[in-house]
Amino acid sequence: MYACLYCPGNGALLMECAAEFSPHVEQTAADTVIFDVRGLESLYGPPEQLARAIERRAGVPANIAIASNPDAALHAARGIRGVTVIPPGKEAETLAPLPVNLLGGSAGCAELLDLWGIRTFGEFAKLPPLGVAARLGDEGVRLHRLARGEGYRRLRPAEAALRFEAEMELDHPIDLLEPLSFVISRLLNEVCDQLRGRSLATNELRLCLLLENAPEHTATLRLPVPMLDARAFLKMLQLELSGRPPAAPVLKAHLAAEPVKPRRTQHGFFLPSSPEPEKLELTIARVKHLVGAGNVGTPELNDTHRPDSFAMHAFAPSPAPNGSHAGEPPESTRLCLRRFRPPRYAQVLMVNNRPVRVISPSVSGRVVMAKGPWRTSGDWWRNDAWNRDEWDIALEGGGVFRMYRELDSERWFIEASYD
Amino acid sequence: MSAALLQLRAELESRFDLPQGIRSRTDRKRMPTGIEAIDRLTDGGVERGTLTEICGADSSGRTALVISILSRATRQGECCVWIDAAGAFDPASAVGMGADPDRLLWVNCGGSTENALKCCDLLIQAGGFGLVVFDLADAPEREARRIPLASWFRLRHAAERVGAALVAMTKHINAQSCSTLQIEMRRKRTVAAGRLLKGMAIEAESRKHFQLRTADFTLVR
Repeated sequence: MYACLYCPGNGALLMECAAEFSPHVEQTAADTVIFDVRGLESLYGPPEQLARAIERRAGVPANIAIASNPDAALHAARGIRGVTVIPPGKEAETLAPLPVNLLGGSAGCAELLDLWGIRTFGEFAKLPPLGVAARLGDEGVRLHRLARGEGYRRLRPAEAALRFEAEMELDHPIDLLEPLSFVISRLLNEVCDQLRGRSLATNELRLCLLLENAPEHTATLRLPVPMLDARAFLKMLQLELSGRPPAAPVLKAHLAAEPVKPRRTQHGFFLPSSPEPEKLELTIARVKHLVGAGNVGTPELNDTHRPDSFAMHAFAPSPAPNGSHAGEPPESTRLCLRRFRPPRYAQVLMVNNRPVRVISPSVSGRVVMAKGPWRTSGDWWRNDAWNRDEWDIALEGGGVFRMYRELDSERWFIEASYD
Repeated sequence: MSAALLQLRAELESRFDLPQGIRSRTDRKRMPTGIEAIDRLTDGGVERGTLTEICGADSSGRTALVISILSRATRQGECCVWIDAAGAFDPASAVGMGADPDRLLWVNCGGSTENALKCCDLLIQAGGFGLVVFDLADAPEREARRIPLASWFRLRHAAERVGAALVAMTKHINAQSCSTLQIEMRRKRTVAAGRLLKGMAIEAESRKHFQLRTADFTLVR
């Protein structure tokens, strides 16, 4: 048996009211809910008494219908005022006087029924099913069944959004990382258990610390692959907090995880091995702690002619290509650069517009070969435009370098060495 | 393996790029450098599970050689890591040589040799990387020499355990007996034409099992 509660103007109450009778509640519209009331006879008695109990619980004027299938209950609640209980087998008879537009078919179908002079469920139900199928197609057959009260669908219960969170309020503020680790460990275990119970993993953890007389401190771990390892998470959060500790003692800790499906991969026999993502993530967190987060990752060249322009991204290698033919090898081995970051300021002695001596703190000497200049410029519409003459020079003491002169400031810099 | 089978394999290898699992055991232990002269010099490239030291002065072609190994390894689907003590790595050069940057983890240690050593230890112990480059080419000579032999031995042992090719790039030989192969490089001459630097002629000298062998190759712009 299914009950339908239709209450225009008081939609917010419906879910709350229905949830008191059944965990399986479908909200079909803002003002309509259908819920499963099978098995409630032992608690409330016959369906009439159950309907009165629902009416009392709603507390506001509402149409209530109980029927053997969800659609019949829905149509009865929308079309008949007050409380309606439809005994099994009497659906067609009860629904017969309802206007046919309650069926909610397409505009074309409704227009056709109107042209045929069909006004009620009863009139539509009397039409021969084969004729309806021939003239109105699948939609007509479905509406014809609904008009006869022959619903056959299952409920689509509304599911509450899954939240994977844990929090702990502390009796005494914590001002050291070590005792705080125990609190975080407990929260992590709790959240990981919640995720494990649903066969899920996470790719983002948010730790929010409420501080004493200071703004909230937030630490977020974004993982390139879904993981579910409380010990690895704890180590990563410890590294994060030791690199950027809270500014004041901690009063409350709240941990939330973003649920995602766990990683499933099938490794091939002939593919090169790659780092285990969980272990790698922890290693990268340790390396970031040593050298800084911005100095670790995969470089991606920016789409510009500006020299040494790239962005660092998180290292997340895609699965190895099957076989080993990923692109053609280059025809020959090229000269490579080793960059000086930032470029080193140099004093350059020029004779006949050619550099003859370079003096800088690390690279100095007589120029034995100078090739250039090559003028490059770009981004003139921005504040950081570049405009320069490049030279390739070989020094007497060894070393081939690329240096440039900024045309705006007339200053020389050594940018890189060829190696 | 019979002669016919060897001939068949050579025929297949010349026509198709065989996956790693089908290659012979010897092939699998070597990582070709992509430079024919160096591959001949080293009997097929740098060896997995060992420490190879590539040293030389500025502009001696060390970086080009290591980037060539890197680009070949990444194209074959290996994950590689470049631990850069001085922060001198140029991603554009690597991409220009055909490296797949998605499979490269670059650690810029910003001038700290000590951090570079720690990072190298952490990353090689993590396992899964086919090639680990320990770039000390621009590190101050005094700091590079201060790395104790015990640390080099530890790195070599880790490389052996995880089966990675560990390549150290330095100015001078530092790892001594810990490195299985030492390649010393020097620039013979600079090739130029008109207003353009065209390339460099490089001489490489390998020291392995008390044998000295040399090879010449050219780097073009």
